[in-house]
Amino acid sequence: MINVSKLKKGIVIDHIKSGNGYKIFSQLGLDKLDDTVVLLRNIPSTKMGVKDLIKIENDIYLDLTVLGLIDSGVTINIIENGQRKKKINLELPKKVYGILKCKNPRCISTVENVGDIEFTLVDPVIGEYQCEYCHEKTRI
Amino acid sequence: MIKGKHLIEIDDFSLEEINFLISNAEKIIKNEQDYSDLCKGNLIATLFYEPSTRTKFSFESAILRLGGQVIGFADAMSSSVAKGESLVDTIQTISSYADLIIIRHPKEGAPRLASKHSSVPIINAGDGGHQHPTQTLTDLLTIKQLKGSIGNFTIGLCGDLKFGRTTHSLARILSRYPEINFVFISPEELRIPDYIKEEISEEYYQETNSLENSIDKLDILYMTRIQKERFFSEQEYLRLKDSYILNNGILKMASEEMLIMHPLPRVSEIATEVDNDERAVYFKQAKYGMFIRMALISKILGKGEIL
Repeated sequence: MINVSKLKKGIVIDHIKSGNGYKIFSQLGLDKLDDTVVLLRNIPSTKMGVKDLIKIENDIYLDLTVLGLIDSGVTINIIENGQRKKKINLELPKKVYGILKCKNPRCISTVENVGDIEFTLVDPVIGEYQCEYCHEKTRI
Repeated sequence: MIKGKHLIEIDDFSLEEINFLISNAEKIIKNEQDYSDLCKGNLIATLFYEPSTRTKFSFESAILRLGGQVIGFADAMSSSVAKGESLVDTIQTISSYADLIIIRHPKEGAPRLASKHSSVPIINAGDGGHQHPTQTLTDLLTIKQLKGSIGNFTIGLCGDLKFGRTTHSLARILSRYPEINFVFISPEELRIPDYIKEEISEEYYQETNSLENSIDKLDILYMTRIQKERFFSEQEYLRLKDSYILNNGILKMASEEMLIMHPLPRVSEIATEVDNDERAVYFKQAKYGMFIRMALISKILGKGEIL
């Protein structure tokens, strides 16, 4: 097992479903940071079997909506002085704008420039959202 | 308050507002001459991006009978759309001329988009297979006029329940009235979508593919056409188009009091021999459509009695 030392200050994104780590890494633009960032993949977890984990050695702004859409099961730990200062459990956002696209070929959004579409969460269990225009449901 | 509101889907109006419109339409039916100048001086645009004879004439008759005037087009290709103008630009322009815009569009959600960019109220006259709220108001007025009240009956919705927008709106609104049971009659491939069923308690609906086996339980039979324009495959349409044909033979199994409704136009799903049956009310229904649109237009424009 590879060991990565404890953070003194920064953010740990834990309990990432195995395989989602790189997606989160890319979507949050962590490759563009100058700070130390570690992405661990497929590490053993008693709860999940295997999981991914990301450590960022700085306090940056995290887009929780993006994180929630990719993997609503993650936990975010804010670390200060080597101790966990805050723990955030994510849930799916009730509404999202400009992230999802409607897949219904009969929807007006497929032919007109409608700007950011509002999608409303209709089923948090399966992560299903509804298009504001045609009401077609789409899964994240 | 209905004045200045958009009507994009039936849920945009409360039950109180819908009942107010119905009672207003009933007053118009009784004394139509009293309403002939109600919207004098109002200019109303009818933007029909897909062909429609019936709905367009119904709206335009309603406007003219209220003393209002109409501008618009009946075919997108005769409008600036042919030059590539977007819906949003068209709406922004027309809403600076007209007091109210009535729009029909083949794409689902187009009236919702229009309402975001219009400075005047928008009425959805049908958006693809999605919503057709004024047909629903028509159906409600028909039921109220011919049954005396909206509630305590069993209605069978028959035909294309997947793409048929009229059945979607109707089922959703009727589920808000008391003690209404639904029988959804359709081929497997054209079942009513889950999001409609989710709004109705399970004990109040059943699904079947047999009209013959369910017609005797119905107080109202609402027939719909299998719509060719909603299919991506011609083969699939041809296979399903004659799934249900109501004729005098099947009608023998129905109650003498049962109403036969249809949003029109009909193709082959109701044999013409049924037209002479007293239970067939679909042509009356078309006339009620004009009256409820008169009530709707005048109330959105804030004319006459207000809620």
